[in-house]
Amino acid sequence: MNSSTIAPVEHAREEGLLARLGRALDRPQVLVWLMLGPAVLYIIAFVGFPFILAIALSLSDATIGDPSLDRYVGLANFAAVMRQDAFWIALRNSLLITAASIGLLLVLATAASELLVYSFRGKRLFQVLFILPWAMPVSLAAIAWLWLLDSQFSPVDWVLVQLGLLGPGSPLGPFSHLYYLGRPWLGIASLVVADVWRMLPLATIIVLAARLSIPEERFQQARIDGAGFFRILFRITIPALRPMLIVAILFTSLLIIGEMGMVEILTRGAPGHATQVLPYWAYLKGIQSGSLGQGAAIALFLFPFLLVAAVLALRAAYRSPEA
Amino acid sequence: MSVLTLRALSKRYGRIQAVDGVNLTSGEGELLAILGPSGSGKSTIMRLVAGLEMPTSGDILIDSKSVLGIPPKDRNVAMVFQSFALYPHMSVRDNILFPLVARKVPKPLRQPKLDQVSRMLGIEDLLDRRPTRLSGGQQQKVALARALVRDPELFVFDEPLSSLDAKIRSQAQAELRELHDRTGITMLYVTHDQIEALGLADRIAVINQGRLHQVGTPRELYMDPADLFVAGFVGTPPMNLLPIDDDTIAGLRPEHLRLASTASAAGDYALDLEVTVNQLEYLGSEWLAYGTVHSGLPEQGEPQQVIARLPAGTEPPFSTGDRCRFVGTHQDVRWFDRNTGKRKPAAVGAVA
Amino acid sequence: MSGRILRRVGFFLGIGLLGLFAIIPVLWALITVFKASTDLYVFGPNPFLFNDPPTLDHLVILFKNTNFPVFLKNSAIVGVCVVAITVLLSVPAAYALARLTGGWGERSGMAIFLVYLIPPSLLFIPMYRIVVWLGLANTIWSLVVVLPTITIPFCTWLLLGFFRAIPRVQDEAALLDGCGYFGAFRKVVLPQVWPGIGACMVFAFSLSLGNYIYAATFITASSQRTVTAGVPTELIRGDVFYWSELMAATLVVAIPLAIAYGLFFNYLVGGFRSAEEALTGR
Repeated sequence: MNSSTIAPVEHAREEGLLARLGRALDRPQVLVWLMLGPAVLYIIAFVGFPFILAIALSLSDATIGDPSLDRYVGLANFAAVMRQDAFWIALRNSLLITAASIGLLLVLATAASELLVYSFRGKRLFQVLFILPWAMPVSLAAIAWLWLLDSQFSPVDWVLVQLGLLGPGSPLGPFSHLYYLGRPWLGIASLVVADVWRMLPLATIIVLAARLSIPEERFQQARIDGAGFFRILFRITIPALRPMLIVAILFTSLLIIGEMGMVEILTRGAPGHATQVLPYWAYLKGIQSGSLGQGAAIALFLFPFLLVAAVLALRAAYRSPEA
Repeated sequence: MSVLTLRALSKRYGRIQAVDGVNLTSGEGELLAILGPSGSGKSTIMRLVAGLEMPTSGDILIDSKSVLGIPPKDRNVAMVFQSFALYPHMSVRDNILFPLVARKVPKPLRQPKLDQVSRMLGIEDLLDRRPTRLSGGQQQKVALARALVRDPELFVFDEPLSSLDAKIRSQAQAELRELHDRTGITMLYVTHDQIEALGLADRIAVINQGRLHQVGTPRELYMDPADLFVAGFVGTPPMNLLPIDDDTIAGLRPEHLRLASTASAAGDYALDLEVTVNQLEYLGSEWLAYGTVHSGLPEQGEPQQVIARLPAGTEPPFSTGDRCRFVGTHQDVRWFDRNTGKRKPAAVGAVA
Repeated sequence: MSGRILRRVGFFLGIGLLGLFAIIPVLWALITVFKASTDLYVFGPNPFLFNDPPTLDHLVILFKNTNFPVFLKNSAIVGVCVVAITVLLSVPAAYALARLTGGWGERSGMAIFLVYLIPPSLLFIPMYRIVVWLGLANTIWSLVVVLPTITIPFCTWLLLGFFRAIPRVQDEAALLDGCGYFGAFRKVVLPQVWPGIGACMVFAFSLSLGNYIYAATFITASSQRTVTAGVPTELIRGDVFYWSELMAATLVVAIPLAIAYGLFFNYLVGGFRSAEEALTGR
């Protein structure tokens, strides 16, 4: 600059210790550790370390009365656990409920995201209502469903009676109440409905995000080519959504399969063990019955399968041709 | 005294050699263009100069001092990015003041600088707007202002015109040149557009695959290309490159491929071709003729395509399908070694 | 023309059904809260109508005669602390992953979620022992220390998407303009992700509020309990369910949370979009 009013900028650098330290730290190589370190260390300390502990517990003979880890019993806990009928029922139920929920969720979330692509009057309010199931803490949501499906006062029963579907001489049975939470398969169905209700907002958001990323031209081209609604849905939308559908399946199944609050409050695993699930069974065995080793073994049982499934799912999503 | 010197500069990413032993010196106050196709390494060189990347080997000297290891903020280099990189959460005024604030320039000195650069670029009435509310041309000016406010030694431009609409590009180009002439700051201008480089730069450095092919004035590059790459890259339409024998390729600019009947000197031509005209293109200011060579060149595998540019204002005395005789004089033809690609003084033997 | 009308009707029918599905339990809870007990535990009449006049008694009982206010207070304290810890740890971590770690950091987004493969229902047994060892059992501080394990991965992932959405050139421009690397983060990138940080705070608060397993296992004393663990245990005395009070408790917690979530709905969608772009390599 020929006519500058100030001299080229000179920084008055304080070469004090603090300033020098600041400069030394202000390099990408150092900053990574400083910024990433705390979170990573925290997770290692409070997730990694307890996880190792859980494995150790499952291989030991610890109980609540005597929680020391020094008695190594190998896989005896796992063997003992697998001899319990309740375990297999719990395993079956965990997988069944998760699979059924996922199936329903995929359909409903895709449908919901198709609707939420558009803006409409009152969408804000709708979003608040729509996300309520996810916003509600699990235990409180379970209580709400407990009341809604109460064996005596459920309004659902009342509506069914009014519609003539329930009551003497009607298709769903002679009583004027369905014991949603007291019968084995009805109980499982109720758990599925409650889980789908709870997870639908999250699943929808995941799918909606992917749906919004599909370029509009693709749909316009399809419409010009003469495709109708369903053809577009199945030939264009769903293939494009594939990676995120896989992600949605992954997240929601992890969240459903690991949740114990729903079962504990809604059915307590009853009748008998008919609606038992793995995490609740682990809790009952570990904390209530006191045998920590077995509890840990039950809780750990699915982990290797979930890990493999998760890695496979992520790889399938990454390799998706959708770009 | 040169502002910028690159010495054997190299940068390697894993297996890829992005920059390969580049030596370059800029003159004080010159507008030096670094021209090359995408992937040629020109952007890498720019980032190395700015300090956003570290070289694998070699040295960079700004103002005769090595800047290796010096962070970007201390190099006195200003950069204007292709996307302008304005801070969207700040007003234009705050964008321009940001370098002064970041360097803790004393407050009373800030306003005069702001006034000076905004007046120079004509953006005084944009100061309170947000970058998202500016047109492409306005954003470019703000980016320039933000860079200028620092009084840098070296100005680096990363394809500054490519984000602009074609309509305003030529005007922006002229304004850029004018800005350079007014401030006299040494400018490094990275681009893939050779027309832009030819029009703007004092000197051009042609880069391909990390290697420097030639540095020279626009005229030197156009008239005396150092190798086949430069010959084919600089100039629109590109130079006709015709294989003569196993060792030689002849290069002739389209405007030097003349109809025999209109060629000046009779007699000894370096190239004497029978061409069938395939296509005629009217560009308003001139005609271009595209043709296939029938004879005049030794038998090669495929027939050679040539482009001839007729003198401005003349109508083509032929039409498509005609066979015509086109010639090139010894003065105009350039010879290249077919194997190395480099320029040769003369062809061995005459063309049959 | 009729096709278009049909589509509109279908659209709003779909919206209506979805909305209804989402709020049926809530609607019923709402009605329950204001119904007099005499009107509630009866058979026969339409349960959706107020046959006896509506009452606020249940709300009063909830706030006066139970430990609910204490639960709310505990949950609030835990929530605020957990949010603070989460933000302090997640924001720098997400920036480091987005900017400072080269290719693998940006793509690590989905891998972060593998942390959730180890759910609380697996960890709560050893976690309880750790909490005891730290001397925090039966205090709300046990939750403050442990709940960030649930909030940090998600918030880091969400913020990663937000940071990634800001073009790197802005960081570089800041570096040339005179900032150091941390200064570029502080002055140029961070101010642009405040909405994302806001979304994180909402989610961290609600994730911490909603946790049941740790809250139920670590704390037994009623006065120290949080809402999610306290309500089921306190308001269900043996076989007696105080339904109206229970529903009131549920709604008092759920409705504000839903409103907060609703406000940040679009940011959550945006976060997933960023993550998806990283996944498909766009």
